[in-house]
Amino acid sequence: MIRRTFVSAVAAATLAVFAAPAMAEDALRIGVEGAYPPFSSKESDGTLVGFDIEIAMALCTEMKRQCELVEQEWDGMIPALKARKFDAIVASMSITEERKRQIDFSEKYYQTPARLVAPKGADFEATPEGLAGKRIGVQRGATHQCYAEKMFPDAEIVLYGKQEEVFQDLVLGRIDLQLSDSLIAQNSFLTKDEGAEYAFLGGDQTDVDCYGEGVGIAVRQNEEELRDAISAAITAIRDNGTYATINDKYFEFDIFGARPASN
Amino acid sequence: MENILSYIPLDIALIAENFDRFMYGVWITLNLTFLALLLGGLLAIPIAIARASGHRILNPIVQTYTYVFRGTPLLVQTYLIYYGVGQFEVIRQSFLWDPILSSAWWCALIAFTLNTAAYTTELLRGAIADTPKGEVEAAIATGHSYRSRMRRIILPSAFRRAIPAYSNEVIFMLHGSVVASTITLQDILGVGRWLNGRYYLAYEGFITAALLYFLIVLCITWTFRWFERRYLRHLVRREVTSETNLPAPTTT
Repeated sequence: MIRRTFVSAVAAATLAVFAAPAMAEDALRIGVEGAYPPFSSKESDGTLVGFDIEIAMALCTEMKRQCELVEQEWDGMIPALKARKFDAIVASMSITEERKRQIDFSEKYYQTPARLVAPKGADFEATPEGLAGKRIGVQRGATHQCYAEKMFPDAEIVLYGKQEEVFQDLVLGRIDLQLSDSLIAQNSFLTKDEGAEYAFLGGDQTDVDCYGEGVGIAVRQNEEELRDAISAAITAIRDNGTYATINDKYFEFDIFGARPASN
Repeated sequence: MENILSYIPLDIALIAENFDRFMYGVWITLNLTFLALLLGGLLAIPIAIARASGHRILNPIVQTYTYVFRGTPLLVQTYLIYYGVGQFEVIRQSFLWDPILSSAWWCALIAFTLNTAAYTTELLRGAIADTPKGEVEAAIATGHSYRSRMRRIILPSAFRRAIPAYSNEVIFMLHGSVVASTITLQDILGVGRWLNGRYYLAYEGFITAALLYFLIVLCITWTFRWFERRYLRHLVRREVTSETNLPAPTTT
C-alpha cells in the first residue's frame, strides 16, 4: 500500500515536471539577485523576499501576467538577460548610459542616493584628496565601481562579488571605507550590531554618468512593448496605493524620489 | 585592418586600453601560483617521507591532513581562511592579523600552499613507494643508512618519476588560483571581471583572461617537456641497433 502511494506520488511529480514548461510558456521570467537586503534576500527556507521581489510581483499582478523568479548573481545579470535566461531584471539596477548601450530600461521605480560609510571618527574626509591611498570597498559591476573609480582615482578600489562581503570586510578592517546605496547601508549595516561603530561619511554622492536617473527594470533591447507595459504598471501601482503599501513595509519614507522630469 | 576588426564581436580597443591591468593580473597570478607551488613543494617533501615511512604516529596525522585538503574544494578553504578566521576576536588582536591574515594576498597564499602541499604529498608518496625494489636493495647492500638511502637513491629517483604527474599539479594550481579573484585580488580573472563589471560586458574580460591562462599553460607544458627530456632520458625506450648489440658471450 505504501509502495503504491509512493509510485503514484512519483508519477504525479513526473507529470508536474513535464507539465511545467507548457504552463510556464507564457510566464514572464524575472531575474532577481537574492543577496541585497532589504531589496532582495533569501529566507532560511529558500523563499525570496524583499522590496524588489514584492514590486516585481505587484507589477505582474498589474500586468495580469504569470511570473517566475529566476535567481542570478549580480555580475552576470546583464549577460543572462541578453542570453534569454529571463526577460526582465528587477534587481535595483540603476539606469545608466553605459548600461543603455546593452539593454533597455523602464521608467524608474525608485531612486536613492549613494553614500560612503566609514568607522565613526575616521580621520579622513570624503574628498578625492582625503581618500587618496585609502581602500574603498565596492560591489563589482555596480554603478559604485564606476563612481569610485571616477571620483577617487587615487584611492585603492577593492572589488567584491556581494554587498554583504563589503560590509564584512569593513568590519574586519580590511578596507577603510565603503561606497554603496545609502538605504542599503542604513538598513542592512548601520542599524545592525556589527555596524554600530560606523557612520556615513560625507553627503550624497550623485553623478548622472555613473548613477543615472534612478533604478529601473531592465529588458532586452527592441522589446518596447514589454518595456512600456512595465512602465505603465509602475505608474499604475504608484497611483493605486500598492507601491505605498510595499514601500511602508520596508522603509520609513517614500523611496520613489522625485517624479522623473519629463523632457 | 579597421574593417576586419569591426567584424569581431569584441571590444578590442577596450581590452588594449586596459592591457597594463591585465599584465598586473598576470603578475599576481604568477607570484601566487609559483610561490604556493614552491612553498607547498618544500613542505610536501618531509611530509611525504613521513607518510611513506608508515610511522605509527606521523602517518595518521599526515593522512588526515591530506584527506581534509584533498577532500574539500579550494574555494571553501580560501573562504574559510579569508572570512572565517577573521571572525575570531583573538586572531584579530594577535600578531597574525596585521600584516598577514588581514591581507587577501596572504590568505590566498596560505590556502594555495596548504592545498598544493596535500596533493604533492600524495604524489611524492606514491613515487617513493614505487621506487624499484632492486635500487633500494642495492643501496642497502652497499651499506647506505636509511638517511643516505633516502637522500642519494630514493628521493632523486622519486622526483624524476614524479615529473609528468607533477606537471598536472602545476597546471591545476594555476587554474585553481582564479579563486583569488573571489577574495578581492586582482589576478588575471579578477581583472577580467573588473573589465566586465566596469563596462557591462559579457565576454571581453573572460576571453582575454582565458587567452592569458592558455599562454601560461603553454609555457608550463614546454618547460615540463624539457624537464622530462633531460631527467627522464634513462627511462625512454631506445632503438637497439646492431652496433650497440652486446657481443655474443664468448665461450672459453
